[in-house]
Amino acid sequence: MTTTPTSTPAAPEREAGGGARLLGSLLRLREVPVTLALIVLVVVTYLANPLFLGAQGVKDLLLNATIVIILAVGQALVIITRNVDLSVGSILGLVAFSTGTLFATFPGIPIIVVFLAGMALGALLGAVNGLLVTVAKVPALVITLGTLYIYRGLNNAWAGGKQYFAGDRPDAFGSLSVDTVLGFPLITLIAIVVVVVVAVYMVGTRPGRDLYAIGSDPAAAELFGIPVSRRVFLAFLTNGVLAGLAGVLYASRFNSVGATTGSGLELDVVAAAVVGGVAIFGGSGSVVGAAIGAVLLTTITSALTALRVDKFWQQAIVGALILAAIIIDRIAGLRTAKKLRVSEARDV
Amino acid sequence: MEFISNRARKGRGARRVSVLAAAATAFALVATGCATGSTGDSTDGAAADGDLSITFIPKQLNNPYTDVVLGGGKDGAKQAGFASTQVVGPLEASASSQVSFINAETQAGTNVIVIAANDPDAVGPALQEARDAGAKIVAFDSDTNPKYRDVFISQVVAKDVALIQTKLISEQIGGKGEIAILSATANATNQNEWIKFMEEELASNPDYKDIKLVAKVYGDDDDTKSFQEAQGLLQAYPNLKGIISPTTVGIAATARYLSTSDYKGKVMLTGLGLPNEMRPFVKDGTVTAFALWDPAQLGYVAAYAGKALVDGDITGKEGDTFTAGDMGERTVGKDGIVIVGPPTTFDKNNIDEYDF
Repeated sequence: MTTTPTSTPAAPEREAGGGARLLGSLLRLREVPVTLALIVLVVVTYLANPLFLGAQGVKDLLLNATIVIILAVGQALVIITRNVDLSVGSILGLVAFSTGTLFATFPGIPIIVVFLAGMALGALLGAVNGLLVTVAKVPALVITLGTLYIYRGLNNAWAGGKQYFAGDRPDAFGSLSVDTVLGFPLITLIAIVVVVVVAVYMVGTRPGRDLYAIGSDPAAAELFGIPVSRRVFLAFLTNGVLAGLAGVLYASRFNSVGATTGSGLELDVVAAAVVGGVAIFGGSGSVVGAAIGAVLLTTITSALTALRVDKFWQQAIVGALILAAIIIDRIAGLRTAKKLRVSEARDV
Repeated sequence: MEFISNRARKGRGARRVSVLAAAATAFALVATGCATGSTGDSTDGAAADGDLSITFIPKQLNNPYTDVVLGGGKDGAKQAGFASTQVVGPLEASASSQVSFINAETQAGTNVIVIAANDPDAVGPALQEARDAGAKIVAFDSDTNPKYRDVFISQVVAKDVALIQTKLISEQIGGKGEIAILSATANATNQNEWIKFMEEELASNPDYKDIKLVAKVYGDDDDTKSFQEAQGLLQAYPNLKGIISPTTVGIAATARYLSTSDYKGKVMLTGLGLPNEMRPFVKDGTVTAFALWDPAQLGYVAAYAGKALVDGDITGKEGDTFTAGDMGERTVGKDGIVIVGPPTTFDKNNIDEYDF
């Protein structure tokens, strides 16, 4: 809504000053509440435990967020079109295991080839989702719930009890998630590039804008001449590529990849997108918001541990955040609707 | 929710059919997905004793440690003369996940069920039903409540496992400082028993009077979760000197975190690990020494115990003896517990001699 530039037709309202108006429009940005929450969280935790923002602490925070950021960006694309992809955890698992397999089967394989192969596999799995959703015209929730189990089943059948460990992979690959540039781990830089590229695409290109139109009203978008199926397919494909990238990075960061790698991750990812202001009904939100949501959720985990809070509370707090995000969204939606009604009434 | 966007503006009938088809496919997909939780492999050779069947239900499938245990179990079952050996189990180690598998074995009329319990009581009623139907219950690795099984095959004396880990950590941190424990699930029987003995030992042994156990955390035998728990420990306890992780998943995940962080070589790590998984961390100096028993022997003895129970050679009372193939004679101790062997310590000098 607020990210849609056309949604605020210059309504000449008599407000106090320009400063207040600026503040008002800032507060209406969906990214603002989640960013504020993140800042408060980090500051409070830092005051209670200075180690939280030590060199190693910051590095851990960024590394923890990296994989969820990439997944949340892809998920935001899909949710904006009024769909959802629940199979990302399974895609990540399959790609992570195939990454381990590639390194074990072809010692000396260039790392870039492994990245490309992982993303290609992700693209394939994402394309299957996209095809089923657009061609079969079946709700994405059901389709991707099915592929969640199919992909996980494939992973179980393929991997069995086999696991690949960090020791099986070249040191250069593992050090991608150890080495830092200006305090940023290399894989986090990859995630930031992903966020920037996708954000620019969503704001600045026609197909990117189309995704919002589709999510706001699929039928109207179709009437308007937007190639709905093609755009939705593209969103799923991109999400698959990003889940594939996340799978390769997972193998770089963690010790073992096997049959259960990434299970349950999909809900964290959807939660990150929703908390970051991506409306679950589609049509609004931004990938930057989703990325910040991902940082917030992973930071909460670390913060609560650093503050020695019982693990149980962590889940309760995440739940409360999701509810808060939805309520804020609803209030913002009602206010916008009211404002539009008022301005339309004036025009008559 | 509005995922169910009906952008198809087709005839009513067509839409109904497609929705039905979708529901049916999704159901089928879910069903097949869930059904992958069994890797049955029948050994139909030998057929020495008619058609005796044995089924292993580990805590979870696709766990490297479990695979070694089950490898030994299958060898043992074959040598002991079982006609059919099955392995079934959940893909996630949770309290109630094993119940449906036990029920299925009861219905199949399996003679011996060998189980590593995720929760000592959750599996109780299901095991009781199986026993009423004539099955013999052998617990291994992690015990059930004793009233629900015939014998329990224990790796080692629980206290020895605890003592070797406290000894290793004490040596590594120089006998003083803060330590923490990173365990599996909060209700795992074996973990909690070891932790209890460790706490008692730390409290009572004057050599350990300067060691302070500051935290116990649970990584649920999940790589990612254990990794982040390790990270959290080091952040929450800046003076932490050492971590004990009495679970193979936990120690490997913690080792991975330590080896990629500033804490490498500063914070000591020991516990129970698989040599193959821990080898790189021992060689790069993250881990000095850790312990374990030979997991294959555990499964092997469990299979022979099952055979002895079916044959009526033992009933599970104290003093019963049976022969466990190559491992020689075993005696059932107090509470129906059979001990397999002493734990082994692995360090950089001997780790290359082991392959599991």
